[in-house]
Amino acid sequence: MTWVTVKRIFRAGFLDFWRNGFVSFASVLMMVFTLFVIGLAIFAGIILDSTLQEFRDKADMSVYFTVDASQERITELQTSVQALPEVEKVQAMTREEALAQFRERHQNDQLTLQALDELGENPLGAVLTIKAKDISQYESISTFLRGQEALTTGEASIIDKINYYDEEHRNALNRLSEITDSAKWIGLVIILIFVVTTVAISFNTLRLAIYSSRDEIHVMRLVGANKNYIRAPFIVEGILYGLIAGVVTLLLFYPLTWWLGRATERFFGGISVFSYYLSNFPFFFVIIVGSGVILGAVASFLAVRRYLQV
Amino acid sequence: MIYFDRVTKVYADDSVALDEVSFSVEPGEFISFVGHSGAGKTTLVKMLLAEEKPSSGSVFFESMNVHEVPQARIGELRRKIGTVFQDFRLLPQKTAFENIAFAMEAAGRSEAEIHSDVPHVLELVDLGDKIHNFPGELSGGEQQRVAIARAIVNQPDVIVADEPTGNLDPVNTFEVMQILKKINDLGTTVLLTTHNKGVIDSLRKRVITMDRGKIVRDDKEGKYIL
Repeated sequence: MTWVTVKRIFRAGFLDFWRNGFVSFASVLMMVFTLFVIGLAIFAGIILDSTLQEFRDKADMSVYFTVDASQERITELQTSVQALPEVEKVQAMTREEALAQFRERHQNDQLTLQALDELGENPLGAVLTIKAKDISQYESISTFLRGQEALTTGEASIIDKINYYDEEHRNALNRLSEITDSAKWIGLVIILIFVVTTVAISFNTLRLAIYSSRDEIHVMRLVGANKNYIRAPFIVEGILYGLIAGVVTLLLFYPLTWWLGRATERFFGGISVFSYYLSNFPFFFVIIVGSGVILGAVASFLAVRRYLQV
Repeated sequence: MIYFDRVTKVYADDSVALDEVSFSVEPGEFISFVGHSGAGKTTLVKMLLAEEKPSSGSVFFESMNVHEVPQARIGELRRKIGTVFQDFRLLPQKTAFENIAFAMEAAGRSEAEIHSDVPHVLELVDLGDKIHNFPGELSGGEQQRVAIARAIVNQPDVIVADEPTGNLDPVNTFEVMQILKKINDLGTTVLLTTHNKGVIDSLRKRVITMDRGKIVRDDKEGKYIL
């Protein structure tokens, strides 16, 4: 294919697009709708996913030490817990830090602060915050800690209390994740139906647009044009529909996610869709514009093929 | 240069469009096919353009068997045959210039050739002033002349005109026939199908008369006899 041919193909594609103004407009509109649904599907997936993640992240385990527990033994315990394969992260808080945090949390509560001052000494022990890799593993970590304690016989126990998501909490959380999981599935199925439907409609719109050109395609064949030379401008046109529709869709998502972002941030407490959209813009650009271009090109290719058999 | 060898075409519902048709056309001839509707004239044209395959028999064009030409090279064959149809068959979204340019682009001609040849050929069919009009803005006669210009612009060896005057008034019919005769005088073979008695009688050229898929007469200087 020479440069002249490429130039002619693009010129013909652009001219057809321009001269079939209304058909082009309708096709682009239909495609915007399709790409919009695809975009919504991505956002829905992200929101559901981050919400569930939020729930899971909230689960952790706190080990409260006694006031007179020595720093050495706390560190010793911390290292051995850290070595466990189930543990993702261990955060240590000294007695002083625990006190400072307590004061901060109750800074508006004069009565409590007064009572604290009354005591004269720090009543709080050090705290280890443990995050497991999976919420089902807290049970075994707790058993491990108790076991470690039992080994150091003769000395007073340094662990005051272990707080974690036990069986009951876990069941509640599991139920919640089951609900969100099934919500996710139902959502995905509904979205998938939407996507498939709109893609089919887009396909059909393009097919109709090209159907109206079937006589022209026939004439082009009779004048002796090669199949590819006839087909190429239609594909250029389809790609153009996809490009324009993609850009329009991305522009539409800007105010939509801004508005949704404010609403969802408060509701889900997780990520803001707006900042997610902005920070992942290249990803959205590739997905939305890419889907549009591929859809346009493939639909045109298939539609023209039908009328080229002369 | 064109040779039909016992060509038969039977459509799916057992209707016979062509029945063992044989004839040959010499270079530079002006040959007309006459007959009632359904006599098989248009099927004959479609055979030559490889639009339809014969049920049996074969069609030769310049020593190549038309129906053995591979799909990818059919364009090459068609570019050697200029076609003019009753319904003009111009591309409605393209101007007169672009319609003719398209045929040249399809033949792989350069931009320079297109820009020099298209106005010239439009001048030849007396449409120099309508060069940038769309088909919808032209009269029937003008559209047919654009179609003829498109057919001759690649200087084909043969022009096939399938009822070119079928939709035209007497004045336009006369003009179109004058152009076809001029093309023939310049050495191009012309194949014409028509059922216009006046056209045939004034031509005084070879006439093949068809009836129900068969050739019933083949006269050197024929008249319209049915």
